[in-house]
Amino acid sequence: MNDEVSRPAASAREQRQEILLSVHGVQKIYASKSGPVEAVRDLTFDLRRGEFACIVGPSGAGKTTLLKIIAGLLEPTAGQVTLEGKPVTGPPKTMAVVFQEYGRSLFPWLTVQGNVDLPLKNARVPKDERDRRVTEALEAVGMAHAHARYPWQLSGGMQQRVAIARAVAYKPHILLMDEPFAAVDAQTRADLEDLVRDIWHRLGVTVLFVTHDIDESVYLAERVLVLSSSPTVVQEVVTIDLPDERNQLATRSTPRFAELRLHIHEQIQLAKRGLVPAQIAAGVL
Amino acid sequence: MTNMTLAHPQAGPAQRPRSFWDKLRALPAGLLGAIGTLVFLLIWELIPRSGLVPARYLPPASAVLAEFFTLLGTATLWQAIGETLLGWAIGLAIASVAAIILGMLIGSSGFLRRFTASTIEFLRPIPSVALIPLAVLVFGVKLESKLLLVVYASFWPVLVQVLYGVADVDPVAANTARSYGLTSYIARLRHVVWPTTLPYLVTGLRLSASVALVLAVTAELLIGMPGLGHEIARAQSGGAYSGMYALVLTTGLLGVLINAGFRFIQKRWLSWHSSIRSEADR
Amino acid sequence: MSLIKRTAYFVALPLILVFLWWALTLNSDSFWVPRPAQMVSTFTEVWIGPRFANDVVPSLLRLLVGLATATVLGIGLGFVIGSSRTLRRLTEPVLELFRAIPPPILVPILMLLVGVNDSMKVLVIVSGCIWPILLNTIEGVRSMDEVLGDTARVYGIQGLSRTIMLTLPAASPYFVTGIRQALSIGLILMVISEMFASSSGLGFTIVAFQRSFAVPEMWSGIILLGLIGVLLAAIFAVAEKRILRWYYGLKEVEHSE
Repeated sequence: MNDEVSRPAASAREQRQEILLSVHGVQKIYASKSGPVEAVRDLTFDLRRGEFACIVGPSGAGKTTLLKIIAGLLEPTAGQVTLEGKPVTGPPKTMAVVFQEYGRSLFPWLTVQGNVDLPLKNARVPKDERDRRVTEALEAVGMAHAHARYPWQLSGGMQQRVAIARAVAYKPHILLMDEPFAAVDAQTRADLEDLVRDIWHRLGVTVLFVTHDIDESVYLAERVLVLSSSPTVVQEVVTIDLPDERNQLATRSTPRFAELRLHIHEQIQLAKRGLVPAQIAAGVL
Repeated sequence: MTNMTLAHPQAGPAQRPRSFWDKLRALPAGLLGAIGTLVFLLIWELIPRSGLVPARYLPPASAVLAEFFTLLGTATLWQAIGETLLGWAIGLAIASVAAIILGMLIGSSGFLRRFTASTIEFLRPIPSVALIPLAVLVFGVKLESKLLLVVYASFWPVLVQVLYGVADVDPVAANTARSYGLTSYIARLRHVVWPTTLPYLVTGLRLSASVALVLAVTAELLIGMPGLGHEIARAQSGGAYSGMYALVLTTGLLGVLINAGFRFIQKRWLSWHSSIRSEADR
Repeated sequence: MSLIKRTAYFVALPLILVFLWWALTLNSDSFWVPRPAQMVSTFTEVWIGPRFANDVVPSLLRLLVGLATATVLGIGLGFVIGSSRTLRRLTEPVLELFRAIPPPILVPILMLLVGVNDSMKVLVIVSGCIWPILLNTIEGVRSMDEVLGDTARVYGIQGLSRTIMLTLPAASPYFVTGIRQALSIGLILMVISEMFASSSGLGFTIVAFQRSFAVPEMWSGIILLGLIGVLLAAIFAVAEKRILRWYYGLKEVEHSE
């Protein structure tokens, strides 16, 4: 699949220095019956346009909370999220989200086609353009043959492909993915990982991918943000200096892959014990 | 709906000043329910007082409540409640026993299920009130008339639920039981079929209990045997309108109690069942 | 299963029952139980003709108007109450009480407030039918999947579009259940309102036969009521299967897992 990849044009390369998403000092405190619970303490990081970043962290690190705040679905207690220079106060128009629960994020009363089409219809995109975009997106994820079927007639992996197609057809500037492959089997998961890399290459979209799987984060990303345990801060930012061309077997068996994986693994073990490197606690990245 | 999750007291600087609505929604559910009830009573009080509806035909809430509490002290009301509940209980018992036996019998055989399906689907939607003239002709103004209606109407929900329940018997559980030597029909019925069916049965009983009350009161209202329905008809024709509303209120409260009782049983007995378990897990 | 086998299963028991009825009444001259042949002729005599237009059609029209009104009101109010937790909590005890009041006892109240006329009969049907629809709609709107709601928000589906594209279809299995329950309540109330105070209609006619001891005619009325009940339930089941095809498909998949 990666053979056919065409890299973004040179001008797009230069654009990549531009900051697309900025998360600054985000804190989230939930009210609970036993008093306030601080889920996220202080998160600060930037994403450049066209970047592929993964967020990993121990379970319960508030990954989903963070993602919901970035998506404008949840209001932070303090701090701010800025997308393309504008503060995020509700779901931004240039953002799409792929949720983990594919079975619950596709509309069961609509066909595959209808699901991909719905956001475009809502945005009043003209009919012929809609049809074109839906067809293209379904072809991109290899689901064109199933356009007339209902989501619940499809396997989990296929449903998640449809959810990705819906995001692609929406033409977002940034694509958030919340542990999208946590509930599918290993082989399907590898296929979907390559699919996401492929789509990222082809569309030049910025991807923020949340996962609890260290291997997945190293395989997919250009940069991995390691989160601490709750109350969450950014534990470390790891640049993945693997070649851009990735392959499930070859890439995963390189020594560098193993090193990076081990390093992130150690960081997460530290995080679980509540140890945060001093410079990060001081807010220096 | 999602913005409800944003209602947290220690919010950041972007917090809007708290409106009346914000304060209201922070209150506990029970208190809100009480406020809602008071608002309802207030509106009921004001409609007749404002002259929107003649107070003679819709007395204000205070008058009806006063009448309700007076009635609670009279033997007439308790006698009427007793008559209604008697018909309700006997009818429900007959219908349940018949429906459980027939349901177990039909449900355990694929042939019988298919054989009876069309007849059940045909008899079930027949409105029970269609039987009123028949009941009057055959039994007259007697308890039997009431029972005919109650039994007919409350039979179906139990039967249908028992059929669902027996059909739901887990083949794995059934095979496990067989491998442990539970081979006799009675043993299987006792240890496999019955526990599976029980939650469905209780649901059926809860539905039937409500239906049975409706039919008991309807029979009293239309045919005239003693009970709450008959008291309502008497109050209406006698022009005792406050009393009529108080009786309607009593009947409603009786219905709420019966429903709550069955919900309680459901919760208490069947906490192990998945339909109730999954609610707690979420 | 083959079509022949299915048909055989479908008609076998009804045929046996009719046969038993015929055999048992062959030599009896019971006042209470007419014979099948006599029943058929009485039925055609009584109901095929002007009585159908004068008594049956108006009754059914009132039922339809009442049911439609209750549906619109129930779904509309259900959406408003269901989408706010505060409103749900405020209204819960009062709605529970109203649901528990046996609908037939609303007949004397509405006779009082509205008088004895067509609008009373329609109002009786509305006031009995609205509760199952309202309460089921509230439950449907309340229990809407959170992920589905988030998905709609992410794609900018809000306001009226959200109601039409998300809430309405998501709650439809619930309010359809409510309408199905309301259908049988409505039929009962249609009959009762006519038995109580009327000079025409199906309920009135059946009671009139009973009072004049016209037993076969009364039976024919009971049978007609049964047929109407069965027919309405069947029509509804067909419509429901079509509208909620996605829902039953989804449930089937979930159950097989």
